[in-house]
Amino acid sequence: MKRLTIEQLLGINKFAVDDDQAHIIVKKEICALCLNKPCTFACPANLYKLKDGQISFDYAGCLECGTCRAICPQATAALSWQYPRGGFGVNFRYG
Amino acid sequence: MSEDKFAAIIVGAGPAGSTAAYLLAREGLEVLLIEKGATPGSKNMFGGRMYSHALNRIIPNFWEYAPVERPVAREIITFLNGGHGVSIDCQNLNWVKPPYHSFTLLRAEFDDWLASKAEEEGAMLACGIRVDDLLFDKGRVVGIRAGEDEMLADVIIAADGVNSIVAQKAGLAKMFLPHQVATGVKQVIKLSPETISQRFGLDGNNGAAQLFVGDCTEGMQGGGFLYTNKSTLSLGLVIKASELQKTKYKISDLIEDFKDNPQVKPLVEGGEVVEYSAHLVPEAGLEMMPQLCGDGILVAGDAAGFVLNLGFIVRGMDFAIASGEAAAKAVMAARKNKNFTRQGLSLYVQLLKQDFILRDLEAYRKGPDFLGNRRMFKEYPQLVTELASKVFTVDGTPPVHLLGKILSQVKESRVGPFQLAGDSWKGARLL
Repeated sequence: MKRLTIEQLLGINKFAVDDDQAHIIVKKEICALCLNKPCTFACPANLYKLKDGQISFDYAGCLECGTCRAICPQATAALSWQYPRGGFGVNFRYG
Repeated sequence: MSEDKFAAIIVGAGPAGSTAAYLLAREGLEVLLIEKGATPGSKNMFGGRMYSHALNRIIPNFWEYAPVERPVAREIITFLNGGHGVSIDCQNLNWVKPPYHSFTLLRAEFDDWLASKAEEEGAMLACGIRVDDLLFDKGRVVGIRAGEDEMLADVIIAADGVNSIVAQKAGLAKMFLPHQVATGVKQVIKLSPETISQRFGLDGNNGAAQLFVGDCTEGMQGGGFLYTNKSTLSLGLVIKASELQKTKYKISDLIEDFKDNPQVKPLVEGGEVVEYSAHLVPEAGLEMMPQLCGDGILVAGDAAGFVLNLGFIVRGMDFAIASGEAAAKAVMAARKNKNFTRQGLSLYVQLLKQDFILRDLEAYRKGPDFLGNRRMFKEYPQLVTELASKVFTVDGTPPVHLLGKILSQVKESRVGPFQLAGDSWKGARLL
């Protein structure tokens, strides 16, 4: 099978993106102090990226697994994590 | 605030929540089943297979009505090591006769069906609503808040999944630790039903469940899975979150590598990926279990950490369904005694101990620890595949008897004979 990029994989999914409210908010000033930045590897949707040494995060495309919340060394301080508002977010058609 | 007070509010229309709602509504109770997804199942994913026993005692012969995919006839465990692969393959045709041992299924459709059964019994299903908080009165949980809306009930059942916000707000669950959960990723791959049956050597609509251990996780604790649905395959990886914390591999790349593994490639060839999903799996069993009941509240399913992963068996849905059943029974008993305190709901824990969740988790209490041993994911798959390759190789070199091959292979591997004996002994006792 042809290798798919993460953008292609997420493009296959159905999302109802909540344009008004981000369900995960990343406090980048805390991330700046993080040495390993495990979120940039562990997120299955690859939404945590390093840009010019800074974390950049896009909540659209989130698969709502909670991995970032589990692996962030500073989760309570660096992440404000909740599910998207009712009806928004990923919509699995198979699951 | 609403004037109405429900007998029970159930948060989460997954297998635990819908089962509880179904049973309570069937007893004539006013039940509200709240789901954050637009439809039940639209936020849910799992590997791919449900053991039938738990649901069959609630909805007998459920397979005649439920959207299940294939009954599993073949169980395969495959050790991966580059171009080497060794499989243990067990087929039992009794498994595909009533009362069917297990079924592959897809959650969007299945969970929607189970919630509709609860609705048929009279439960009120409210989708697209995220529960934000709990309402308390003198320390006892008395309702939920969703946005501006507040709703009251005698009892709340937190069946809101592994990231249970409700159990945390109730003070019953602590935030899990990275070694207690695993990240699962899955691709659903479309192929024709005939192609699937042919590739897996299956008769008609029979199904296969295949688990993989070895280089698909690059030595990290975890494994791969492949379940055959009717016209799709569910292919994925599960890797312990604490391993992902330290690695420089991206799990989103590893699943693409996995599809390209020589043992997997011919099985998925020509397929079309129709979905990519991810989910956390609570894997630490009793070690991560929250308090199961509090004043006015019970915790069920993944929210309670009810998953058992033995490496060759992975159970979650049968636990979820049985915990929903136990929760419903405990609520009925509490109503009879008009006592919804922790004490009044404690029948829940008793039921779980008898039948069968806490009994089973207790029996395999040390399993998660044993599977934390990294040799399981690197050295042993290498040992098994290289030994098997030698056993089957004919190349004109002088003959070596089986025992000699085994001893030389153990010597070559980085595992000492005593370690191997110790691990085998422990594995046989603990799993």
